Amino acid sequence: MIEIKNIYKTFHAGTINENRVINDLSLKIDDGDFVTVIGGNGAGKSTLLNLLAGSLTLDSGEILIGDKNITKMPENRRAKYIARVFQDPQSGTCKDLTIAENMSIAQRRGKIRSLKKGIYKKEKEDYQKKLVSLNLGLEKRLEAKVGLLSGGQRQALTLLMATLVKPELLLLDEHTAALDPKTAKTVLDLTEKIVEENKLTTIMITHNLKDAITIGNRLIMMNHGKIVYDVKGEEKAKLEVQDLLRLYDEEDAGLSDVMLFG
Amino acid sequence: MSAILISALAQGMLWAIMAIGIHVTYRILNISDLTSESAFALGGAVVATAIVAGVDPILATLLATVSGALAGFVTGFLHTKLHIPSLLAGILSMTGLYSVNLRIMGKANIPLNMSDTILTNLSELLGFARDRDAAILLGIVVSIIIVILLIWFFNTEFGFSIVATGSNDQMIRANGVNSDLTIIAGLMLSNALIALSGALVSQYNGYADVGQGIGAIVVGLASVIIGEVIFKNKNLFITLIGIIAGSVIYRLIVALVINLDFISANDMRLFTAIIVAVAISITNLKKPKRMKTHD
Repeated sequence: MIEIKNIYKTFHAGTINENRVINDLSLKIDDGDFVTVIGGNGAGKSTLLNLLAGSLTLDSGEILIGDKNITKMPENRRAKYIARVFQDPQSGTCKDLTIAENMSIAQRRGKIRSLKKGIYKKEKEDYQKKLVSLNLGLEKRLEAKVGLLSGGQRQALTLLMATLVKPELLLLDEHTAALDPKTAKTVLDLTEKIVEENKLTTIMITHNLKDAITIGNRLIMMNHGKIVYDVKGEEKAKLEVQDLLRLYDEEDAGLSDVMLFG
Repeated sequence: MSAILISALAQGMLWAIMAIGIHVTYRILNISDLTSESAFALGGAVVATAIVAGVDPILATLLATVSGALAGFVTGFLHTKLHIPSLLAGILSMTGLYSVNLRIMGKANIPLNMSDTILTNLSELLGFARDRDAAILLGIVVSIIIVILLIWFFNTEFGFSIVATGSNDQMIRANGVNSDLTIIAGLMLSNALIALSGALVSQYNGYADVGQGIGAIVVGLASVIIGEVIFKNKNLFITLIGIIAGSVIYRLIVALVINLDFISANDMRLFTAIIVAVAISITNLKKPKRMKTHD
């Protein structure tokens, strides 16, 4: 279980640009839950993911994974539990290393890097088999530099890498937003398949309301650093895009009023 | 003429080690590390002071190498732990080290021509008439050892982490590597090589001078780029061989240019700077604005 307890994050605190991005947010996610996160720009979605991954530090509050309190843990140590796929396809892989070498780095996620060989022959055979599941022909290009791959291929590879070692939490930050519609669909299908097969606890940010409804078993809407809507299972499955759009409108109006009085 | 060529070969082989050090920071870590300038002089300062004090030349050379690693550590610490931009961190180290080097040497120049050095010892051992031959042999042997060690190192788990840090530090942190550590290690490795080169060059020249590192980065870059122009392959082994060849070719060019009537030795730094500026701008102008892989 992932537990987020009363977390706060403010950027530029104490200046005229002060921006309270996450405001007393709490959330419990059960093991195996696949949560989609929606919300307008500036709602705090990406910040939430960055706080979970540790690339940003909390102002206050706590984050627990299972019974481990990771609140104070630096990003590189959290990587043992948390895997990520970024929005930018360039971000998740190293262009100067080969596909196999990139996978070997992911295979050692959360482990100390020693002066042992970076990759063994046996590993390569294993990676080759796993690449077949992507259906992109990458299994024939094990020794190709990742810089030669397309954005979609890189994103699919990143997804595979993120799950080579099963993470306790998988974070997907609009990971299909930078891809063309067809490639985005491929990567999204792959995401569902991998998450399903490995029963991964997953949080996925998306701007595609239809995806947010059809994918996963729980949907969260954020606004001004808070969770304003949270549905699960049956109720979520019955949602229509129109319902969500109406929510967007209501939320904005509602919060503007609060801000006027506050 | 052949004397000039052989001398260029000797200088080129010894300076090649520095160029390899520059490659580690400039190309692999993606940092323009100015520590190199003073680390080269530091290597000379340590080796000369130690040799004059009676330390065995081999041990003195190793000490110089370690001193370079320490200089790299300081820059890495300033950059990663104290959050000083890498370029400025290098400048601070370079500036501070100038005083450190003077402290170590006690004066601006230490002659070594009356002392036994690695090269005089090697010449004696093998019966060479000149230290120059020993310098070429030693340069080749040391370069081979370094190439082998680096190829091994950059194929280890930690080596992969350093390469990945240089091209995408976000990715390597997301995979559980402390990128502060890999940056510091890369800077230490680079400056250790550069100080080793400085120590060997000082022994070959017969003196250590506090100013001997000035322009070292540009000379190193020139070698790296000449190497890249000759060997376009991106494989590490070929790249390193290219850098060594580049260093020797650079020395040959220098030797030939200095022989021209209208150019004096004083013009060399300007000449080198122009070569590097032209070479880098040509390679960069050829590339599209944003590095984009095919889609």
